[in-house]
Amino acid sequence: MQRLGLGLLTLLVVSIVIFVAVNALPGDFAQAILGQGATPEAVAAFREDLGLNRPYLTRYFEWLAGAVRFDFGTAYSQAQFAEFAGSDAGSGLGSVAEMLGPRFRNTIFLAGLTALIAVPFSITIGVLAALYRNSVFDRVANISTLTSISSPEFFLAYILILFLAVINPILPVLSLVNDEMALTERIRMTLLPALTLTLVVTAHMMRMTRAAIINLLASPYIEMARLKGISPMRVIVRHALPNALAPIINVIALNLAYLITGVVVVEVVFVYPGIGQLFVDSVKNRDIPVVQACCLIFAAAYILLNLMADILSILSNPRLRHPK
Amino acid sequence: MAQLMDNDLLLKVRGLKIEGRADETWNQIVNGVDLDLKKGEVLGLIGESGAGKSTVGLASMGFTRDGCRISGGSVEFDGIDLVNASANVKRQLLGKRIAYVAQSAAASFNPAHKLIDQHTEGPTQHGVMSKSESENDGIELYRKLRLPDPDSIGFRYPHQVSGGQLQRAMTAMAMACRPDLIIFDEPTTALDVTTQIEVLASIREIVEEYNTAAIYITHDLAVVAQMADKIKVLLKGDEVEEADTRTMLSAPKEDYTKSLWAVRSFERPQKPPVAVDATPVVRVHNVTAAYGTVPVLHDVSFDIHEGRTVAVVGESGSGKSTTARCITGLLPPKQGHIEFDGQPLPLDYRKRTKDQLRQAQMIYQMADTALNPRSKIGDIIGRPVEFYLGLKGAAKRKRVEELLDQIELEPSQYIDRLPSELSGGQKQRIGIARALAAEPKFIICDEVTSALDQLVAEGILRLLAKLQDDLKLSYMFITHDLATVKAIADEVVVMKDGKVVEQGLKNDMFQPPHHPYTDLLLSSVPEMDPDWLDNLLAERGVDNIGDAAVDKMG
Repeated sequence: MQRLGLGLLTLLVVSIVIFVAVNALPGDFAQAILGQGATPEAVAAFREDLGLNRPYLTRYFEWLAGAVRFDFGTAYSQAQFAEFAGSDAGSGLGSVAEMLGPRFRNTIFLAGLTALIAVPFSITIGVLAALYRNSVFDRVANISTLTSISSPEFFLAYILILFLAVINPILPVLSLVNDEMALTERIRMTLLPALTLTLVVTAHMMRMTRAAIINLLASPYIEMARLKGISPMRVIVRHALPNALAPIINVIALNLAYLITGVVVVEVVFVYPGIGQLFVDSVKNRDIPVVQACCLIFAAAYILLNLMADILSILSNPRLRHPK
Repeated sequence: MAQLMDNDLLLKVRGLKIEGRADETWNQIVNGVDLDLKKGEVLGLIGESGAGKSTVGLASMGFTRDGCRISGGSVEFDGIDLVNASANVKRQLLGKRIAYVAQSAAASFNPAHKLIDQHTEGPTQHGVMSKSESENDGIELYRKLRLPDPDSIGFRYPHQVSGGQLQRAMTAMAMACRPDLIIFDEPTTALDVTTQIEVLASIREIVEEYNTAAIYITHDLAVVAQMADKIKVLLKGDEVEEADTRTMLSAPKEDYTKSLWAVRSFERPQKPPVAVDATPVVRVHNVTAAYGTVPVLHDVSFDIHEGRTVAVVGESGSGKSTTARCITGLLPPKQGHIEFDGQPLPLDYRKRTKDQLRQAQMIYQMADTALNPRSKIGDIIGRPVEFYLGLKGAAKRKRVEELLDQIELEPSQYIDRLPSELSGGQKQRIGIARALAAEPKFIICDEVTSALDQLVAEGILRLLAKLQDDLKLSYMFITHDLATVKAIADEVVVMKDGKVVEQGLKNDMFQPPHHPYTDLLLSSVPEMDPDWLDNLLAERGVDNIGDAAVDKMG
């Protein structure tokens, strides 16, 4: 409960930081859209229209009040469009929430699919690397995951495209998903970016699993398990892994947060309609409501995932779950 | 030898050599030990730390810790060569026919699983019993070992069970497959005396009942006297001698063994009582203290006079160390106060003057962790010299050398060493020198000898006694070991559950009549007589010893 409160407080602080930072950006939407040659009068009128000339504090609280109701206001770019179309700004088509909604679902879908592949994969590799530590397998696992994390994401993406889409045309090159697709088709479409991201996040999780387990191997209860004649695999999985979960969960949470917030490059390569691409476009256009909403979603994702990691860590530890 | 042909011979170790790895080289740490164990026999393996007891014990299971290897000799268990056996063969024996009971049950039970699940793991993995059979058997063993609530205690996690109970649960776990041999590696060393006696009684009973052979590793002679049929003494990886328990106790052959036996003879005569109107150096006056809202001390009062040693005894959790924290101001008391030379001290150490801080110093239990591993000895001792006395440069160095002389370490040899280059006893001496550096009147010694071997501990006690006579120091000596109390104390304060239950002069305390709790503490200290435990059990009955008796007191 206390953690939840702290999480919300963090989110509030983040919202202030976001608002201040975004508004401190040089230039604004009015200038950006009207171009260099715009007369000051035109810019002022445009600002008036969008409400940009009101005090920061008022705008912040308006925005915040909207945000808690998932109403992130109207995207400036859409507002323009909506006005031309004759409807009122702020209603119907142009709301940020509607713009973000499908994109956000796509991002979550991609992150979820990646997590589904990457988490079991890295933990398995990590456990095996700990079991056969210093063996050939361990070294190969370490080197290959390190190589994949050290390579730029677009490079990994093109390699995968080359092998899985061009030479062996198993998967589509572009991941143009939409809401009408059947789930299997959608997974097939998303698989290539998901695999790319798996390669990116595996190293962290796998190495943390390995290190956390090996760290425990010198502890007396592991020696005890060995002296009970338990097989090495069982010693690792049953005796070491449950006690190594807390750090592993934390690294997983950080990586999942990355999957939601940091996948712009991969989205661009596969033309995947996720939130990252929208975010970059909005920054370019000074479309402040969208930028703010994206930032807030990213922050919320981080906080939520870390909160979940904390809770899971507690659940994985009997000493915290059953106090004396 | 005819004995070797004997079918009863369970374990046969010949010329066992073990090497340990340190700094890229292999050093021999066990230099050829022989060992014979018949079915149902209990061998006591004793020696100081570093003698190789545990290493030999583990090697007789065919197991070496990381960084150790068996470099020569043979280990045969029931005709199976354990040195050359494959990991698979060994795994089938371990847990099933040879079991291990570790020193710290709290560390050796996996914190993530319930006791009973860890208990049943051996039998189910080895295919001896089904899980439910093993569970029922475990509950039966818990009952035999007199654990409280045997039906439900197994369904708790290790952290929910006390140390003595865990040690018995671990013995039960070792018994789970009814092994032929159990290695007990210092199973009671970490326990309070009243807990130890219960664990000893239950281990002995169950080993006898199932006719299990055992190797009982310990540094405590009185304990081994109760448990073993025969005793082997080890010194730095060499066998000193072996004989059956009674012979060994009554007529040890080797000088080293005799010196081990003689350790407990050190006893300082009690100093005469101080004048009634003398001002005590430290007066603890009606102190009540709490950690947060949890009360830990209730109305504790006692005086410590100049040149005297007050031993504060009690079990873990009785408030001994908390009292020390109140005196030093680390934990300001909720009520009551601390007087120094008749003047009340500020309760919080932050409000005390440098001179007030200087007067009370501490020596800690774990010299290992109390010394900065990255500082040289000269700097460790030099810091308080500079801080309290303001000496610098050559004057500081001279003072450090004097202090090293006082603790009987050659200054030129030790001043530039790191703590890791010293033995346990030497580290504790550095701890003493650091306390002396402030030139205090009063030193708190918190279990300063309990992590040390008996011979080394005796050296420390003698040093403390000598320093007291030379410098008129007052000691508050926190300990749970009554032999130490006997050796060094002038006055004794017995604590239980944060209260002082009895206090008085040493000679009075060791003479009846006692407070019932003091009596229980005294009667729980193992004696060198092999019949001691039998007699005590016969006299009092199993339900009136140890913690069970403490519980009856309420």
